[in-house]
Amino acid sequence: MINDKNSQKIVDHIHNFARKHSLWVLAYGTGCGAIEIPPTMTSRYDAERLGVRGAATPRQADLLLITGYLTTKTLKRVIRVYEQMQDPKYVIGFGSCTINGGMYYDSYNTINALDRYLPVDVYINGCMPRPEAVIAGFTKLQELITAGKADGAAKYKEKLEWYRKNQKNVIPNWTMPEYNW
Amino acid sequence: MESLLYSILGVLVSLILAFTVGMTYMGLSRKITARIQNRIGPPFYQNFIDAMKLYSKSTGIHHGVMHHLGPAFIMVTSVMSLMIIPILNDSAFFTNMNFHGDLIFLLYIMTFGPLGMALGAGQTGNPNSAIGVTRGLSQMVGFEIPWVMAIIALMIRYDTSSIVDIMNIQADAGRWIMFSSPFTFIAALLAMLGMFRYSPFDIVGAPTELASGPMSENGGKYLFTMMSSSSIFAFAKLTLYVNLFMGGADNLLVLIIKTFALYMVPLLYGTVSPRYRTEQAVRYFWGWPSFFGLLAILYAVFF
Ligand code: SF4
Repeated sequence: MINDKNSQKIVDHIHNFARKHSLWVLAYGTGCGAIEIPPTMTSRYDAERLGVRGAATPRQADLLLITGYLTTKTLKRVIRVYEQMQDPKYVIGFGSCTINGGMYYDSYNTINALDRYLPVDVYINGCMPRPEAVIAGFTKLQELITAGKADGAAKYKEKLEWYRKNQKNVIPNWTMPEYNW
Repeated sequence: MESLLYSILGVLVSLILAFTVGMTYMGLSRKITARIQNRIGPPFYQNFIDAMKLYSKSTGIHHGVMHHLGPAFIMVTSVMSLMIIPILNDSAFFTNMNFHGDLIFLLYIMTFGPLGMALGAGQTGNPNSAIGVTRGLSQMVGFEIPWVMAIIALMIRYDTSSIVDIMNIQADAGRWIMFSSPFTFIAALLAMLGMFRYSPFDIVGAPTELASGPMSENGGKYLFTMMSSSSIFAFAKLTLYVNLFMGGADNLLVLIIKTFALYMVPLLYGTVSPRYRTEQAVRYFWGWPSFFGLLAILYAVFF
C-alpha cells in the first residue's frame, strides 16, 4: 500500500517546486520603493528568468510585494487585496519602512511594523533596496518555500483575531466584512 | 467499431500532443520575447511549471454558476475544434473526427468559447472583465470578417467544405494553396494576428490597462483551465492553417516545423508593436485584410 504520509510528502515536494519557480508578483506600489520594481523586471536584472512575473489581479497572484511605507488609508486596501489572494500566498516587506517605520517612524498616519497587520514571510532591508537585494529576497523566499517554512497565510488564519484587533486599532472606519474572499 | 475506437484514441493522443506542443510554444514565445528585449528570459518549460503551480492553488471564489462554467466553455471549444481538425495527412490514427462540412462547423464553434467566456466574465461583476469582454467581442467582429471571407473563397474555389478534401487537393496538385490562392492566404494570415491576441491586438487581456480583462477574477485552477485551453486552441488553429494553406503535414516533425514557422508571424509582429486601441484594431481588420478577402472571393468566382 502507498503510505499516505509519504505520498503526501512527494506531492508537497512537487508542488513546492512549482510554487518556488513560478512566483507571480502583485506589486502593491506604496511608497518610494516601487521605483525599484521596473529595473528588477526589465532587461538589466530580469527577474523573469527566476520565474518571477507580474500578476494583474490579486486573484492570480501568489506574492504580495509591499514596497514601502503604508498609510493607514492604504493599509485598508492592502488588507483587502491580501485576503482576496488565493492560498498559498506570501508577503514580502520591502524597505525599512515596513520593518520599523524607517524615516517615517514618527509620522502620524503611517504604520510602523507591517508584521502586526499582515504576516510577512521575507523582509528586504534597505532604503530603498537595490534590485540585487530584491532578487536576493526572492531567492530567500524560494528557499523558505522549499523548506516548507513560508507559511504566513496559515499563521494569518490561525491568529486572525489578533491581526484583526491590530488592524481595527489603526483603521478607524472599518466598513469591510470580517473576511474578504 | 474498430475505426471508432481508433478515432477516440486518436483524439486523446492529439489532445495530449496539442497540450504539450501548445504549452511549449507559449513558453518559447516568452523566451523569444525576452531575447528580443535583451533579457535572458524564463526557461522554455516555464509554462509547465506555471500550469502546475496554478493547478496546485486552492480556489475559494464564488460568483455564481456561470463564473464556474466560463473556463469550461473555453476548454470545450478548444477540444471540439481540435477533434475535427485532422492532424496529419492520410493517417488512420490522426485524422480525428472530421466530416464533410467541418469547415462551416469550425467557423461556428470557434466563436463559441469567447461567448461562453463572456457570460462567465459578466457574472463576476468586475468592471475590468466587462470592458475586456466588450473589447474581445468587437475585436472578434473585426477579424472574423477577413477570416470568413478567406474560408468562403476557399470553399468557392475548390468546391468543398471539408478540410480533408482541401488537403487532398493540395497533395494532388503538388502545390500549396498559399501559392495557388495568395490573396486568400494573406487575408487569413492577417486575420490570424487578431486570433492570437498578441500585440498590437492584445486589447482584450491588456494586463496593465485592464488587469487582464475577462480573467481578472479567475485564479488558480480556473486560470489553469484557460491557460491549457488557449494552448490547445493555439495548436489547433496553427494546424488548421497548415492544413488549409501549407498542404498539411506528413509526419509530426514536419507539422511542428510548419506550425512553429507560422506561429512566428503573430509573435514577431507582436514583439515590435505597441497596443492598438479597440477602434484602431477593428478598423485595421476592416481595411487591408478585408480587401484581400474580397479580392480572394472575386478571384475564386471569376477564375
Ligand atoms: S524604506 Fe526608504 S525608500 Fe522605502 S518607502 Fe521607506 S523611505 Fe521610501
